[in-house]
Amino acid sequence: MAEAVDYKQIGTTPVRPDGFDKVTGRAQFGADVNLPNMIHGKVLRSPHAHARINSVDVSAALAMPGVYAAISAVDFPGGRMEGESDVSVDDVAQNVMARSKVLYHGHAVAAVAASTQRLAEQALQAIKVDYEVLEPVLDLVAAMDPAATLVNENNYTALAERPEQPSNIADVERLERGNLEEGFLAADVVVEREYKCPMAHQGYIEPHACVASIDERGRGTVWCSTQGHFQHRASTASMLGKNMADLKFVATEIGGGFGGKTVVYLEPLATLLSEKSGRPVKMAMSREEVFRATGPSSATVARVKVGLRKDGTITAAQSWIAFEAGAFAGSPHKPGAMCIYAPYDIENFLVETFDVLVNKPKVAAYRAPGAPQAMHAFECALDEAAQLLDMDPLDLRLVNAAEEGTRAPYGPKFPPIGFKACLQAAKAHPNYSKPVPAGAGRGVAVGFWFNAGMQSSAEVNINENGSVMIIEGSPDIGGSRASMCLMAAETLGVDYDDVRAQVGDTESTGFCNVTGGSRTTFATGMAVTQACEAVIADCKRRAAMTWGVDEDQVEWEDGQAIPGPGVNADVKPLTLAELARKAGRTGGPITARASLNAQGAGASFSVNFADLRVDRETGKVDVLSFTAIQDAGKAIHPAYVEGQIQGGAVQGIGWALNEEYIFDDNGVLENAGFLDYRIPVASDLPMIDTEIVEVANPSHPFGVRGVGETPIVAPLAVCANAVSRSLDMRITELPMSPPRLLDAIEG
Amino acid sequence: MVRVVLSNPMLAVTGTAKELDVVAANFRQLTLALIEQWPPLAELIDSSAVAIDGQIYQDAFAEPLQEQSEVFFMPRIEGG
Repeated sequence: MAEAVDYKQIGTTPVRPDGFDKVTGRAQFGADVNLPNMIHGKVLRSPHAHARINSVDVSAALAMPGVYAAISAVDFPGGRMEGESDVSVDDVAQNVMARSKVLYHGHAVAAVAASTQRLAEQALQAIKVDYEVLEPVLDLVAAMDPAATLVNENNYTALAERPEQPSNIADVERLERGNLEEGFLAADVVVEREYKCPMAHQGYIEPHACVASIDERGRGTVWCSTQGHFQHRASTASMLGKNMADLKFVATEIGGGFGGKTVVYLEPLATLLSEKSGRPVKMAMSREEVFRATGPSSATVARVKVGLRKDGTITAAQSWIAFEAGAFAGSPHKPGAMCIYAPYDIENFLVETFDVLVNKPKVAAYRAPGAPQAMHAFECALDEAAQLLDMDPLDLRLVNAAEEGTRAPYGPKFPPIGFKACLQAAKAHPNYSKPVPAGAGRGVAVGFWFNAGMQSSAEVNINENGSVMIIEGSPDIGGSRASMCLMAAETLGVDYDDVRAQVGDTESTGFCNVTGGSRTTFATGMAVTQACEAVIADCKRRAAMTWGVDEDQVEWEDGQAIPGPGVNADVKPLTLAELARKAGRTGGPITARASLNAQGAGASFSVNFADLRVDRETGKVDVLSFTAIQDAGKAIHPAYVEGQIQGGAVQGIGWALNEEYIFDDNGVLENAGFLDYRIPVASDLPMIDTEIVEVANPSHPFGVRGVGETPIVAPLAVCANAVSRSLDMRITELPMSPPRLLDAIEG
Repeated sequence: MVRVVLSNPMLAVTGTAKELDVVAANFRQLTLALIEQWPPLAELIDSSAVAIDGQIYQDAFAEPLQEQSEVFFMPRIEGG
């Protein structure tokens, strides 16, 4: 257990090691890589949301002076997926380059590489594609009708017995417990409504970008903006029929990902174009391409029914949720099903979720995938129930709150969790005691995410002067290099300023799963800690050799080997620097590595509340205050944890109030840019107040729980509940944009 | 006896009750016993996460089990 430990480094907030390079522009992002003789790649994208491809002819483009390569589906061998994802390679490969059909507006159908970007764009216009336009499938619920047009004629719902007919439903999930009928009969109050969440983009600032340099043997290097360069290497190699050992992937600095950079889009294209042209190829998406062709979150339709006794006890809950998968299967409907009731101890429940194909971009992970949409629905229903019961919404949640030993809806009993501690912190927070401003409404909701462990590797090298170099393979999105340095400094007993961390490429360090699932500080941090412990063991051995004593007579304290019981009192401690200087005499360089598959990721809960006011004349919503409380287990770098909480809150506020994909009747996205797809900016927001609760995760050496996913979960319902209370009417469809609210106000 | 709770896709294969009791000293023995009885479970087990006594494992293999252990098969968890 890590509770009540007096750490020297952990819990401090040093300046981020990558900060100077980022604010001065020196940091190299994906599009900043430039190589001699480099040319530029561009993608031809479908003008139709659903069409059969009769032919693609790139010959005219290839004949243009300055055009070095052109590719389409026929240039891809396909193959089996070798990476970590369970998304089938056929889908991922077809998403990178359309095969027999285009399945959404913006789907890639060909690509070229030319001496300039302008020439590459001109060459795209010379490519001839013969389409047979098909009816697009755009409405989520209508797509589930057995008679609906099929996005994929070979899609059969993944049931144990294959259905006789294909459909647009790719998968279903069902979790249940107890007796619903009895549960609802025992209820004094029942709330039943339908809720909708829109498709929303992760909104990372840096568009996808990469540079590939492949030699005449088909071997080479790809620099890319990615959350997981090992995964990108595996996908690219598999898609192109290559041995992954022939490709080195380098993760550049990354300008945001939030789940959207866990899958490949450009990298296989650039690799193939480079191999065909014999030159390095740079590819960078425009913002419009990012919107049209990369994975957003799922839109959802959720039907929720919940029954409660007068004292607030939930007697039964029933939910039906359809998730848009986009053009290929793989929406986060299963985690949505597992999350929706997770904060509560409910005796009788049922949740059914559906993975539904539509002719829209294939969805990708977005912070706590599936949880925000599912929990939005249930948390809104609970808020309405609290109003009907005239109960404080935090009290209602405290009555039902899960705690250690509660059986989670997905099966196992919870180990120590901090949900009740978060609820109690919210009740005690001074912002909660303040009166609700005139005309405003106060919304309350909670969030949950499982968090993940998975595989990580790390190496720790002690430099000749005793300073410490960490090499690990998790791209740093949210400040993980600083967290790794803090954990290493704490373990070794040295100063933070003496520790550096570097994200190694796929040839420089052992395998790491993607930076996602809030796993990096937890899992890669465990690998770093284990490697540091191995360094300490080695240093104690070297000190014992130097002093002529047994290893078990040496102890390690404050970055130095000290003589233990039974050692001559005249023996002076040996610092890490002294041991490093004499390493040549005691066995050579001091270095250690650790690889693991981390288990025991601790679930993270949050409680948010906020005051929002609606201008009844314009429909504009002002966020007057927002308070986010979350259990971090142990905050390694509290400022980064606070940043994660604030960032997630802001993304959730954007999803709740303004962000949505708007398609026309032909499936063309009408707002593919930040002018029309409105994410929150600083002037839209108050300071997001945060409070970090620390209920240690007993499975981590420092008690860490992942923190990056959970913060986005609660804000959707927080905003909806605040607006609903402000208007004294239930708003059930997001985003609560001015036109939608004006429609609601005007009836 | 270890209490095993199957996922819904597994239930469709076994046609049994959701909960089973299996004699096994570790997770490897448990999965081999299940696969011996229902060979199609192999693929589903391989693609599932599992919770053993409350601890979620994405890739369990030979984790020890106690006489009263609870083993839940569940979907794998990824994230953003």
